[in-house]
Amino acid sequence: MLDTLIEALRGVLPVEWVITDPVRLRTYECDGLTYHRATPGVVVLPETAEQVARVVGLCNEFAVPFVARGSGTGLSGGALPREDGVLIVTSRMRRILEVDLPNRRAVVEPGVTNLAITEAVRDQGYYYAPDPSSQQICSIGGNVAENSGGAHCLKYGFTVNHIEACEIVTPDGDLVTLDRMDPGYDLLGAFVGSEGTLGIATKITVRLSRAPQAVTTVLAAFESIEQGGKAVSAIIGAGIVPAAIEMMDALAIEAAEAAVACAYPAGAGAVLIVELDGPAVEVERQFERLREICSDAFELRVAADPAERAAIWKGRKSAFAAVGRISPAYIVQDGVVPRTSLPRVLAEIDRLSAAYDIRVANVFHAGDGNLHPLVLFDDAEPGAGERAEAVSGAILDLCIEHGGSITGEHGVGVDKAKYMPKMFSEADLDTMQLVRCAFDPRGLSNPGKVFPTPRLCGEVPGVRKGVHPLVESGRAEQF
Amino acid sequence: MPSQELAGTGVTLRDAGPGDAVCGVTPTWVALPETTGEVSAVLRACAEHDLAVVPTGGGTKLHWGPAPERCDVLLDLCCMNEIVEHAAGDLVVRAQAGVTMEALSAALAERGQELALDPPFAEGSTVGGTLAAAVAGPRAFRYGTARDLLIGITVVLPDGTIAKSGGKVVKNVAGYDLGKLFTGSFGTLGVIAEATFRLHPLPVERRWIVAVVDPPRVSPAEPCQAGELAAMLAAAQQEPSAVELDWPHGQGPIWMTVLVEGTAAHERARVLRARMGGVVKDVRDEPPPNWGLILNDDVLAEVRFEPAELTRVLDAVHYSGFSLRGSAVAGRVWLELWGDHGADKTIDAVAALRARLDDIGARLTVLATPYEGVERWGAVGSLPLMRRVKERFDPGRRMSPGRFVGGI
Repeated sequence: MLDTLIEALRGVLPVEWVITDPVRLRTYECDGLTYHRATPGVVVLPETAEQVARVVGLCNEFAVPFVARGSGTGLSGGALPREDGVLIVTSRMRRILEVDLPNRRAVVEPGVTNLAITEAVRDQGYYYAPDPSSQQICSIGGNVAENSGGAHCLKYGFTVNHIEACEIVTPDGDLVTLDRMDPGYDLLGAFVGSEGTLGIATKITVRLSRAPQAVTTVLAAFESIEQGGKAVSAIIGAGIVPAAIEMMDALAIEAAEAAVACAYPAGAGAVLIVELDGPAVEVERQFERLREICSDAFELRVAADPAERAAIWKGRKSAFAAVGRISPAYIVQDGVVPRTSLPRVLAEIDRLSAAYDIRVANVFHAGDGNLHPLVLFDDAEPGAGERAEAVSGAILDLCIEHGGSITGEHGVGVDKAKYMPKMFSEADLDTMQLVRCAFDPRGLSNPGKVFPTPRLCGEVPGVRKGVHPLVESGRAEQF
Repeated sequence: MPSQELAGTGVTLRDAGPGDAVCGVTPTWVALPETTGEVSAVLRACAEHDLAVVPTGGGTKLHWGPAPERCDVLLDLCCMNEIVEHAAGDLVVRAQAGVTMEALSAALAERGQELALDPPFAEGSTVGGTLAAAVAGPRAFRYGTARDLLIGITVVLPDGTIAKSGGKVVKNVAGYDLGKLFTGSFGTLGVIAEATFRLHPLPVERRWIVAVVDPPRVSPAEPCQAGELAAMLAAAQQEPSAVELDWPHGQGPIWMTVLVEGTAAHERARVLRARMGGVVKDVRDEPPPNWGLILNDDVLAEVRFEPAELTRVLDAVHYSGFSLRGSAVAGRVWLELWGDHGADKTIDAVAALRARLDDIGARLTVLATPYEGVERWGAVGSLPLMRRVKERFDPGRRMSPGRFVGGI
């Protein structure tokens, strides 16, 4: 089936954009979550929305699944390819089509990187607000699929709050525009964050934000994580909504120090990065308040200029990669708890860490309770990987117990599909699948992601005859 | 017998009267559930007997939209009026759908917090109705609309299934966001039973700058004052929360009111006042009368547009007979038609205005009108997908049938 499809693909795309060479295919075998791998059946590199639509149309014709991929930085395996499917890579779709400052928006292709948008408008005093740590390389199409967050979403929200419209190729291969201005169901809101299971964004209208008049970035060093946590509660309690409140514990600081020499205050049990932004007079007053609140800090640094601000952020933004310096292998976890549960959850993570003899470095968006525990292990040590996996899973259980979420920004992908039934009832998941079936009745768009059990949406005439093989083998049920 | 079946659910039930009619369609029963479980029981019983259901909260917008194709049961959520959880430290609240926005505001204010939604009704509107109709108020410019502040939802599907998505943490990307889908769905997919919102601290200070500006094109050479001020204010780093216009009958001067709130609102308002120049009449610490309210929704339309098109929107509305109220910076205004114009004139006025707005990429949606022949929605490109969503959620067409775009 795939061979015939590949021939057909060569009919709609220049031959060199249809990759079948096994060595080249392997470069696409995983995204940022490298322990799930699959070599794609074929990779295509379309340049236009019409080409994406034709590729998806052919996938429908041959009943072959497809997966979209941007820059491949995702951390939940959302862009994990299918061996029996087509990987549609948007890296050739990199044009910024329009910058419209009077309307505070830009129209871009999905392969444009997150940071490229800000760079295009920064000089005019604007920026694109969502800022995932990978913003230098991650694509806006991937951000839309994952509803990416970032350090500043505490005040400014997520990708979904900054997308005005998307042209999408539906799983049927139709080009449709979903626009916030349109009356009717908010399909745009449902599409953003659907992890590639409802179609592929081919043109994205993002909202641009006006740069704040003033930004004050503060690094506060505390002797203990408890003190840092208390300061976070006090900031929120004082009615301040900072642009970001980030926290790192001693182990994460050690790693960042080893990797990028960020020169955070020595001996800190925790550092807090607080960024205030807005009208200058407001920032000034809030900073005074912040200084009082952080009276327990043994050192308080204030960035005097953009270079110093970048230096403060450097340690935090490099934290994930940095732990590679202090551990041969690690798992990046992403979970959320109500912010007020942070102290208890951190204490419990400590206990887990001791019980399993597995070190955990904690980096988190403290303002919104989004934890990124880095579970460290030595993959050469027998059993260590399993213990790390157990700790990582137990942390998600903690998040659910405390009324939080199994993912705050990395997505479910393949990695966390099995945890979905712990957070949601079968009825919840079945209801979400109604949306899936409306968009993708054949189940071809990024199958196997988000939901734990493959489900089928009823008979689709002309595609398959008889009992679906998944049903026959008991791996799926019809509904 | 359906009535026995409905009564068997144990849910409070009464016979409907003419006062319960939805756009002229009188239901047979009014059900008054008190819990999500009771909503589910009613909908299951309705599914059993193929009864059509229209949910309602405070009833402030029940006359919006076309009449339902049929309506057997009016599901009145007024008894679901409990604030389930206010986690002040987490800036999160969970409330049942029937809680009024006023009651919610009052409860949150006790802890110095607010849900930053300001629906355009002085009283009565509920959490569920505010979500279902997705009405936005002046401060949407700064805080977003209902869908942006909603973080979790519990809904009941037409077959009685209780489903939730999201949760009680702001940052959460697990699973599809059913909250987005149900926000603005006007009761056509199921019943919103409970909602969880992110909150904001109550602003410590508020100032309203009241100005009067010229209507567009007093002389063709002159640029539009409202458009220029709106552009300046939208980009102003003093960060106003709202810029509202009030233009009675689309003629004469336009009232423009700017809201500045939060820390140092007074100083920030002073800076903006200076930049606005001689048009400013007053800076006050109370909102002007009728701030952010819809005053007349006999014939009510909403226009959405790219913000920089404001001048051309004003131009189109000038002398159209509609009164304009709404945001100068968020690309969303209400149009009200005062007086009894009759069906034909209303149909013509809407068609003429929509034609002009189409030309500038703006969208006119008629939310309320007593006249059947009025084209309410205009063309919607993603309508086929919307129909497919409706078919999956409500295959029996029992939820507010015919009340929504494209006859959904």
